Amino acid sequence: MATIRPAQAADLPAISALDERETGVAKPDYWRDMLAPDRHFLVAETDKGAVAGFIAGEIRVFEFGQPAAGWVYAIQVDPQQRQRGLASQLFDALVERFKAKGVTRVRTLVDRKDHLILSFFRAQGMVAGPSLQLDKDVS
Amino acid sequence: MKLQTATRLGLYAVLELARDPERTLSSAELAEQFGVSSHHLAKVLGTLSTAGYVRGGRGATGGYRFTGNRRRTTLMDIVALFEPAPGGRAKEPGEDTDIGGALQRVLLEIDEIAEATLRSISLETMLKSKGSSLKR
Repeated sequence: MATIRPAQAADLPAISALDERETGVAKPDYWRDMLAPDRHFLVAETDKGAVAGFIAGEIRVFEFGQPAAGWVYAIQVDPQQRQRGLASQLFDALVERFKAKGVTRVRTLVDRKDHLILSFFRAQGMVAGPSLQLDKDVS
Repeated sequence: MKLQTATRLGLYAVLELARDPERTLSSAELAEQFGVSSHHLAKVLGTLSTAGYVRGGRGATGGYRFTGNRRRTTLMDIVALFEPAPGGRAKEPGEDTDIGGALQRVLLEIDEIAEATLRSISLETMLKSKGSSLKR
């Protein structure tokens, strides 16, 4: 069982490194911005004090014409620490924080070819939401 | 999305058996539950058995039980046993025209979304989900 706690500046190198290993893209500035007071940024810490995973989100009101919802922007768990329920623990903790702010819906966007993360959110009880994401190549 | 009858029966049967992997049900019992002929369901169970998702069944009274992995098996795995592979279909007349090509892109978009949905839902998620799914 890991401890879920708010992320701190001291966690940023570990968060950034874990994300870069998994996505192949280094984005330290993006993760530093997630420490802003209006964001919800949590880490899962092992009993040895290491960052085993993180989740980041924010409550957005009237985004795309929709009432308030808690958005999950990112979730990541160290592959060595998977299959132990850490991502579910992180998700539940974020949802609790959203609920404490009076929000009753949680949303995210997932690449439709990323079956692993899609399956994870499905297993948390998430289903297709009311919006369709549209996209256009304007290069 | 329209699924063939065999596909729907395959999903019904595998989900019903996966609810309790210790339990055995005959094709006749399953057929009665879903209101279809036992012969039709026996064929579907034969396909599921060859693929390793269920085992058993000797004649109409022989019991079947679930032998797959609920966490690892998705709805798409079962659908793919009965439906033609998306890339494996024959070319439709008119596909080479500009209108035919544009229509194909719309249909492909629908197929991709349907496949993403079916691939993201495991039997475990269907049977245990916190939200909308099946409750005993």
